[in-house]
Amino acid sequence: MAKVTIDGRSIEVPDGTTILQAARMIGPEVAPPTMCFYSKLKTSGGYCRTCLVEVTKGSEKDPRPMPKLVASCRTTVMDGMEVGNNSSPKVKEARKGVVEFLLLNHPLDCPICDQAGECHLQDLSYEHGSSKTRTDFERRTYNKIDIGEKIQLHMTRCILCYRCVKVANQITDGRVHGVMNRGDHSEISTYVEQAIDNDFSGNVIDVCPVGALTDKTFRFKSRVWFTKPMLANRSCDKCCGKVNLWYKGEEVLRVTGRKDQWGEVEEFICNTCRFDKKNTSDWTIEGPTPVDRHSVISANHYEVLTKPSVIHLNDIKPLPLKEGNKI
Amino acid sequence: MGKKLLLEHDHVPGIQGYDVYRKNGGYASVEKAIKTMSPEALVEEVKKSGLRGRGGAGFPTGMKWSFLAKPEGVPRYLVCNADESEPGTFKDRYLMSRIPHILVEGMIASSFALGVNKAFIYIRGEYYYIVNILEKAIEEAYANGWLGTNILGTGYNLDLYVQVGAGAYICGEETALLESLEGKRGNPRIKPPFPAIAGLYGCPTVVNNVETLASVVPVINMGGDAYAQIGIGKSTGTKLISASGHINKPGVYEIEMGITVEDFIYSDEYCGGILNGKKLKAVVAGGSSVPVLPADKILNLANGEKRLMSYESLSDGGFGGGTMLGSGGFIVMDETTSIVENLFTFARFYHHESCGQCSPCREGTAWMEKILHKIVDGHGTMADIDLLWEIQAKIEGNTICPLGDAAAWPVASAIRHFRSEFEEYVSNPSGVKKNKHYDSVHNNVNV
Repeated sequence: MAKVTIDGRSIEVPDGTTILQAARMIGPEVAPPTMCFYSKLKTSGGYCRTCLVEVTKGSEKDPRPMPKLVASCRTTVMDGMEVGNNSSPKVKEARKGVVEFLLLNHPLDCPICDQAGECHLQDLSYEHGSSKTRTDFERRTYNKIDIGEKIQLHMTRCILCYRCVKVANQITDGRVHGVMNRGDHSEISTYVEQAIDNDFSGNVIDVCPVGALTDKTFRFKSRVWFTKPMLANRSCDKCCGKVNLWYKGEEVLRVTGRKDQWGEVEEFICNTCRFDKKNTSDWTIEGPTPVDRHSVISANHYEVLTKPSVIHLNDIKPLPLKEGNKI
Repeated sequence: MGKKLLLEHDHVPGIQGYDVYRKNGGYASVEKAIKTMSPEALVEEVKKSGLRGRGGAGFPTGMKWSFLAKPEGVPRYLVCNADESEPGTFKDRYLMSRIPHILVEGMIASSFALGVNKAFIYIRGEYYYIVNILEKAIEEAYANGWLGTNILGTGYNLDLYVQVGAGAYICGEETALLESLEGKRGNPRIKPPFPAIAGLYGCPTVVNNVETLASVVPVINMGGDAYAQIGIGKSTGTKLISASGHINKPGVYEIEMGITVEDFIYSDEYCGGILNGKKLKAVVAGGSSVPVLPADKILNLANGEKRLMSYESLSDGGFGGGTMLGSGGFIVMDETTSIVENLFTFARFYHHESCGQCSPCREGTAWMEKILHKIVDGHGTMADIDLLWEIQAKIEGNTICPLGDAAAWPVASAIRHFRSEFEEYVSNPSGVKKNKHYDSVHNNVNV
């Protein structure tokens, strides 16, 4: 067990835990934001650099601070480590820089993007970014390509988190897409325009933090905040069958995996569940999905209105005036 | 004349071939190492010698070797980093094409010290002609019993392979090199684990530069203590310097560490002064990624003493007032050179070579190049200079591998030391172009 202190709050975690996991165990207030790390995918993380933290004390044995900011998702804790996240001005400055870099070539076409409302980059830039851009250069653009029958790739929005590549490597058989080219010319693409044809390929949509990979059966159907997520399940022979159904009125607009507090799917689902089962009769409904009240999706839905209590005028008494207090 | 250890027999005709090399004392270190010394004693000897990595970082080689994990039943690997791609550096090319056997010899001795049975030379794609030279040398070494099974009858086996890269600067970073060697996309790995624990195919691996491995030969021949006598302080031994730019005698020089920078630039033994008797403006002392220093700062330290060619002296003054020995790519610029245009060239290079894995480097290098392009074209603003400064500060130290730092340092140092020149480009772009303060065609008008 190792004791680690993050932003002044301590926790004991098993050896081998990363700083990020430890921070998530403490709570969302100290957890660094992540764009590329995905706890369900091995070797993910380390690319986007949004989760950089400052290690002010290496460990009990070797108290020297680490010379550079480290990626918390890939750095394991040591006993006695002290980490600065939100409390460190260095981290805040670096994170602001990273957000600026990520948005540098991002089209910011949120008004026409299907991901808007559940986009991690939106949240990140709202929380850590600056309100205006300092670049006046043309942003890089790509043509949209269809990878597979049901998935569309819009590379212009991609932040190269590598999550979809890891999904294809680890969840599906025979990866046919990957990162091509180098530097800022890098792009996610399939080898010679091959189609991704695989039972679990749809999961690349769920892991994509931005709107680069979208569900073609859902594209432009509705804004997410006009849909109601419902927990539902069915017995599926390929996957767990536990999903979120997104309703608009009576109609199921799309099916996704269930996401946890950190925006990661709890269990990956198969393409049959995702694309082909869009009738309420296919599913057993469990009830409304709990939505974070800060999320735009919670707006207009499930709000439990507390009834205003009846106030009798006679019960209102003036507050006692203390001597010397003037109103 | 300074002492020469690596290029001692460079002038001997036919030194590329095995017979001449052997006659001139070649493979003596392997004989000495394998027959009379234990691997532990060899590592100890290299530690004593104070030999430091010649690829750029200057990490003590003996220490690196002692970090190598030695679990039972797991193979260990030695990889020679011959992916020399730093602009301004060409020493390994010279060494490998002139005296290929010294690298083979150094690798055999080092492999024995590390208990390695398979070693690789990862060479950059552009050096395709050296591949032939190296392969011929390796063939000769096999034929004469220095490689293969049961070397010198001691039961020690070693196989040596040459692997050609595909021309990516990033593959000079050791973990990207290992990825590439495994046949994958050359992306740097996230450390830890370091290669000494999990390197090539997940096995403990040592990655050393060509010159470092070649330097193991004199270390064994003369003994660690004697080697440590050469040089100054913690910068022991000799260093190959690739001198280029506005000097009378560009080329590869083997220097004893501790000669003054002034000596190196102006003496006839080395660079022979500035071309056409012009004045020295600036020097990039260790390959394009190290900070550029103006003439007064490169020749003298802050306390008035002469700056020396050594790891410590060159980095004296930190990043504000010093630079680094780096890989020894010594680029000299005379008074006609435009620092802004020079920086634009460097920035373009780093933009082109960024692997695109982590966001600060991928987006930042491209952004810096665009801004510099704008300034060079005469459309820059004063705010662009400040923006450039801020971008480099946000890249430095926040990336997976040192390429981000390498892209940021030249920008930082150029603005720090030559800000007025940037301002001139912004405030009077037509003047800069019309007056031809600076020759823009890379200054080889008179060459």
